[in-house]
Formats: sequence, C-alpha cells, structure tokens
Amino acid sequence: METAQKLTDHMAYLPDMEQVDPSIRNQVTAARAAFEPESFSAGDVRRALERETLGDRDFGALLSPAAGGFLEEMARRARAEKTRWFGNSVMMFTPLYISNYCENHCVYCGFNRTNHIRRARLDAEAIEREMRAIAGTGLQEVLILTGESRAASGLDYIGEACRIARRYFRVVGLEIYPVNTDEYAFLHKSGADYVTVFQETYDPNLYAKLHLAGHKRVFPYRMEAQERALKGGMRGVGFGALLGLADFRRDAYATGIHARLIQKKYPHAEIAFSCPRLRPIVNDATVGPGEVHERELLQVVLAYRLFMPFASITISTRERAGFRDNLVALAATKISAGVDVGIGRRAEEKESDRGDGQFEIADPRSVREVQAALTAWGLQPVMNDSVYVPPQEA
Amino acid sequence: MENDLLVLGGKTFRSRFILGSGKYSLDLIKAAIEEAHAEIITLAVRRANPGGEANILDFIPPHVTLLPNTSGARNADEAVRIARLGREIGCGDFVKVEIMRDSRYLLPDNAETVRATERLADEGFIVLPYMYPDLYAARDLVRAGAAAVMPLAAPIGSNKGLCTREFIRILLNEIDLPIIVDAGIGSPSQACEVMEMGAAAVMANTALATAGDTPLMARAFGLAVEAGRAAFRAGLGRVLDLGGEASDPLTGFLRN
Repeated sequence: METAQKLTDHMAYLPDMEQVDPSIRNQVTAARAAFEPESFSAGDVRRALERETLGDRDFGALLSPAAGGFLEEMARRARAEKTRWFGNSVMMFTPLYISNYCENHCVYCGFNRTNHIRRARLDAEAIEREMRAIAGTGLQEVLILTGESRAASGLDYIGEACRIARRYFRVVGLEIYPVNTDEYAFLHKSGADYVTVFQETYDPNLYAKLHLAGHKRVFPYRMEAQERALKGGMRGVGFGALLGLADFRRDAYATGIHARLIQKKYPHAEIAFSCPRLRPIVNDATVGPGEVHERELLQVVLAYRLFMPFASITISTRERAGFRDNLVALAATKISAGVDVGIGRRAEEKESDRGDGQFEIADPRSVREVQAALTAWGLQPVMNDSVYVPPQEA
Repeated sequence: MENDLLVLGGKTFRSRFILGSGKYSLDLIKAAIEEAHAEIITLAVRRANPGGEANILDFIPPHVTLLPNTSGARNADEAVRIARLGREIGCGDFVKVEIMRDSRYLLPDNAETVRATERLADEGFIVLPYMYPDLYAARDLVRAGAAAVMPLAAPIGSNKGLCTREFIRILLNEIDLPIIVDAGIGSPSQACEVMEMGAAAVMANTALATAGDTPLMARAFGLAVEAGRAAFRAGLGRVLDLGGEASDPLTGFLRN
C-alpha cells in the first residue's frame, strides 16, 4: 500500500501528458460541487417532466431523491423518447479484454497492480483467434479493452488489435488508458471509431483517495480524454461514473453535464453513457454498489435518457439478465452478450495465456440467448449501426 | 391516376409514398411495403450487414427500389464514401444524401450536402439530397445535379408535422425538381396535406415505427398520400379566409 508521503499530486499533469483547454473540466467539477440533490422538490420533478427539452436543472431534479416517487412517469417518458430516436432497435456488442496488466493502483478494481491475479496479454495471433471466435457468433461490433499499462500494452499493440478487429468487425470501440490526441488519431486510423473512458468519480478529492498510483492518478488528464479522442477524429465518446464509489447522484449529474458540454463544443460527436455499478472483484468480495440498488440505477438511466434522448446508453453485464432486458426495453440502447471479462477464454487459449477477469459478471448469456430475449420483448437486435470511414491521408 | 407517375432519375414509380425502414422490426418490412403499396424503401448503409445476421437487405423484396442513405456521414467526403459502399454492396444507383454534424438535432448540413450531391451526380448516382428547406440551397442542389430534393417538415423523428410549411411552399413554387417531403411527418393527415400542396412524394419512418401497428399505419400513409395527390391534381377548392362573401356585388356601381 502506498503511503501518503509517496502519493503524487493528482491534479498535476505528468510531462508526457497533453493539456487541453480546461474549461469543460472546470465547469463540470463546479457544477458537481454546486449540485444539491436534496434541494429539489416534487414540483421541480414535475416541471422537469413537463419540459420538452430538459435543462441542467431539470436533469438534476430527475436525479434527486424527490424523483424517487416519479420512476413510473420517468419510465413512460423515457420509453417514448427511446422509441422516437431509436425505434425498437437495440445494438449488440461484446467486450474483448486483450491484456489485464495494469500499472495503476485503484483500490476497488480487480486489475489493480497490487491484486494477485493471473495476468495475461494476448499476442496478435491469439487476438485474431479470439476475434474470429466472437465474429462466429454473428456480432459485428467489438469493444477492445486493456488494463492500463503502456509497458504491457503499448499503443502499437493496441493499434495492431484494431487492425485485426477491422478484418472481423464493422464497428470497433476502445476502452483503454487515456492517450494524447495524436495517439487517438493513430488508433482511429488503425480502425477504431469509439472511445469510452470512465471517470469513475468526478469528485477530485475522493478520486485522489481511490487512485493511489499510476497515470490514472492524474484526474484532469483522464477527464479530458473524450475531448482529445474527438480531436483525434473519433466518431463518438462514452462517459461513465462507477456508481457506488461516491455519492451516485452527484457523479451521475457530473457525467451528464460532462457529456452535454462535450456535445455542445463538438456537436457532431456521438455520445454514449455507461452505467456501471461496483461489483465484487477477485480477492475482494466485499466490493459492491453500496446504496445504488436497482431502483437507483434505473433512476440514473432514465435521467440520462430524458436529458440526452439521442445518446447511446449501454447496460453492463454487471447487472442480472432480467434487469438488463427491462432496461433496454425502456431506456438503454445497447447491450453486450457472450461476455467474458477475463483474458483468452473465448478461443480456449493455452492456460498461460488466460488471465483473470476485472469483476464478476451477472449476465453470462450467449449472443443467441440475448438475441432471443430481445426478440421476445419485441425489440430488434442490431449487429451494426455504423460505417467506418478511414481518415483521409493529408 | 394511371398515367400519374413519379419520375426519379429516369425511373418511374406509381407509388408516391417512400417507406423508411430504420426503427422497426425487420420482419415487418415486407408487410409494411405491401400494405402501403410502396415501391421505394430507404435504408441506412450503416445497417446493411451483407452475409451477416439481421442484414436489412435480406428483408426487402427484390421488386422494391432501394434508396440507401448516407446517415452517419459528417461531411461531403464521408457521404461520398458511404454512397460508394452502398453501391458496392448491391444497393443500386439511388442514394439519399444525409449529412449531419449535430448529434442532438440531426439537422442536415446544406452546404456539405450540395458538395456531396455534385460529386455523386458526377459519379452517376441518382441523388436525392435530404435538406433543410432553404431556397438558395435547393437551387444549388438543382445545379449540382440532384434528381429531387428532400426538404424536412420538422426535426427528424419528431412526428411534429409540417413545421416548415411556408418554406416548403416556396420550394414547390420555385424548384422544378420533384420535392419529396421527408422527416417530421407524424400522421397520414399531414402526409395528405403535403401532397395536396403539390409535393411529389412523402417519406415517413418514425411515424410508422412508433405506431401500435406498423403495417397498418403504412397502409394509412399509402392511402393518405394517394388521396393528397388526387386532391392536388383535381385542384383544391377555394378557402375563404375572411369568412362569408358579400351577396351584394361590390362592383355593382359600374356602368357599361
């Protein structure tokens, strides 16, 4: 365990970290600090629900405890908005973890460098085998994930994974350590179009207590990742707070405001929300979502949908099947299937190439099973909803 | 009505209702086409999945003309490349240019649309550009080689009806290409009104997708479009804006 003396300044960029205009970051952290969930009344919630376009304050009202009694109304309107924007389509994808080495020390994460788990990193051939196995299930979208270690999974390695993915998939997303603009441009050129970075918590002080070491400790660099990704040419960016780490209402509010400000500055950006709750990890079954029960998670998802009705919302395999199915019927638009959060387990790689997972999943259904469930709900599973247009050579 | 054909890029169509396909179950497409007697269906190239699962192309009967759209394109260059991809996967030479640089409102970018139309027309596509109803942009689209123009009635997916009525009327007056009203039409009565005004055709998607019964709503739209077209051809009767008409002639004082 790192001692307090050893900890670096979590607000100071490291020398290799690009700095962008801090305006959005400052606005988001200020908005979070000023947000008082308890200050909203039932009248505020009613007014928010009557508005055609929700403002920041309306969004706050829907996240407040006062909105807890309006979940039914919120769900009805969310379903109507979702239908208006997406019809009955639900996008399907799966994550592929290619390495679980990590240089960070995040106290709640199964991949953290002090946790004794089986580490593995797939080479290009193994990545291809895994991708071929996934593509064989009919999926056309893959999300490539790594632990956060430049040493173990450098940019060239991830770029190679993107190029392989392009041979098997129509849509390639990334959930990797944050990088600079030129590096995002490289990854976009390699085939990726979407980047998701979870801020985990938007409370800088708590962030410092939870992220003890590694590049991830630098709060501003992580929070500006979406902006750099868009500058690098990515088509869309994803946002997420890990619900359960801090006051979930404040973090959900900050997540929405962050996404809204990014979309305002980069209007073409496709916006996506993820709504992960803390889950037990290998060697620590006590990690959990705390006060964020299904009811609270639903409130967050509905508030996102009503605040930014056009955004993609993904619901994680951290949640049980029945909850996920209901959520995609109401408000979420994207669901993973055939998920394995470990390394090298889809194409049955040799034992030494298999690594432990980041967290426990609660919905192990195959692609076929999820497809069947969606169809039974009257929903249309969609395998691809994007065309990759490679950047023009300068 | 036998000889009243819609002509687009030299190809003729009896039906003036263009069906969208984006937001409802693929297995309803065939029924919606049949109920509406539609002959043209739009589809997003980005949704096509040739050889894969849930490939929208597999659900469209072969006699129906495909109108692939370039949704997802953020500029002319991307639209051109997506259009080419559509042609490569067998969608034919028709293309609906859709270029949006705002993910919140999905409004079309007219300037980029003109650029894409010019390039695609040069490449032999039959180009139907989706546009904000602006007279200057529409004239530029004519010059760029569009086969029709597709002005929006209201924000896409909103079902709000003819919010841009007066501007579409200007295009109807001034543009010699077919005007196909697209986006925002929420009910058959609105489609009928557009046709009564003189639009060449109407396109709808969300109105069908959000209906309780998609094929039945497709049928309703087909009938409404047909009725509106007949009314336009018949010449609408006058509407007295100021109420009744004086029975005593106002010009009775004139002498021979």
